Amino acid sequence: MSVSKEFTKGFYNENPVFRLALGLCPALAVSTSVENALGMGAAATFVLIGSNMVISILRKLIPAKVRIPCFIVIIASFVTIVELMMGAYLPELSKSLGIFIPLIVVNCVILGRAEAYASKHGIFLSALDGIGMGLGFTFALVLLGAIREILGDGKLMGYMVFGPDFQPVLLMILAPGAFITLGLLMGYFNMLDDKRKKKLEKGPSS
Amino acid sequence: MDLGHLFAIIIGAIFVSNFVLARFLGLCPFVGVSKDPASALGMGMAVIFVMTMASLVTWFIYVFVLEPLGITYLRTIAFILVIATLVQFVEMVIEKTSPVLHRSLGIYLPLITTNCAVLGVAVVNVNSFIVTDLPKSVSFIYAVVHGLSAGVGFTLALVLMASIRQRLQLGAVPKSMQGIPITFIVAGLMAIAFLGFSGLRI
Repeated sequence: MSVSKEFTKGFYNENPVFRLALGLCPALAVSTSVENALGMGAAATFVLIGSNMVISILRKLIPAKVRIPCFIVIIASFVTIVELMMGAYLPELSKSLGIFIPLIVVNCVILGRAEAYASKHGIFLSALDGIGMGLGFTFALVLLGAIREILGDGKLMGYMVFGPDFQPVLLMILAPGAFITLGLLMGYFNMLDDKRKKKLEKGPSS
Repeated sequence: MDLGHLFAIIIGAIFVSNFVLARFLGLCPFVGVSKDPASALGMGMAVIFVMTMASLVTWFIYVFVLEPLGITYLRTIAFILVIATLVQFVEMVIEKTSPVLHRSLGIYLPLITTNCAVLGVAVVNVNSFIVTDLPKSVSFIYAVVHGLSAGVGFTLALVLMASIRQRLQLGAVPKSMQGIPITFIVAGLMAIAFLGFSGLRI
């Protein structure tokens, strides 16, 4: 099992949002701008790395029957750390992410990685898996956020993209825009995947 | 207590800021369990029950345990544990008292623990009803009513979506859009419809 593969699988092949359809609630709710998306992505990545490492250390001590509650408590502790740190150092970001910071606890990406990966692998690989998955999640959020911010606000990271005459598509910032953008992006990723599979079938040499 | 405000909370939680279509909470079951209307309704009933109970229990935990001890920063851990225990407890009680109900709801109950709508309603309750200077009894009633109507709103969105998806199976959907992608496009159109409610002035 190659180390680089563990790291990069989160971006495309097992991208949590586009490929596995996990962690959808925060992905849609905070992707109104790239800035919020980056903040949420960083918070989730931190929790993911921390919980993956701790669960991997404790994986032989936790009895199989009560593993889910144990995982949830470990994850909730890291979420509380993020919640308090963000409130102290980045109060504005913490306000715009709102209830979605405590809700990282029930983000299925994190519990999913704990159950599927960290409880079976060593600490180094688990940390790497956490970083890779966290960055993949962040990538998905930033992509969604960039599309919605550019179309819905005419800006990217606060800078005007189209000039002053651009009529923003307000819908993209509102709830429907999030659903439609994600639906189209997922469809696009499926299409890419199909094309790649067809290519593989035609010529195994490629 | 002001009945008008109570009414506004109910309409607000069901239509104006619907938990699924406006607040993006509980999307996993919304996508996962919306394949046929009957099981969507079963899931919805279980969620309504758990959300109401969770609002009630987390209110007591917050007001009588976390606040007096000054450990309100532990609310995320406390709430998720309470909800997980509650779901387990509800499952056990239903299994003992009504095996028929258990058979129809049983498979959905464990899924509810990680439904972010349940933890979401508890956190929203704390933010909008408890930390304000409302009298305790009023904030309690608001919180429970909000939990109940948020559950109703979730069920409404879930059952609507399940009915649409059933029709959708007959339609010619492009291969790469089948399944989850088209569900999100439909959800986007439903959200546009629900956006109309935000014009309501109550």
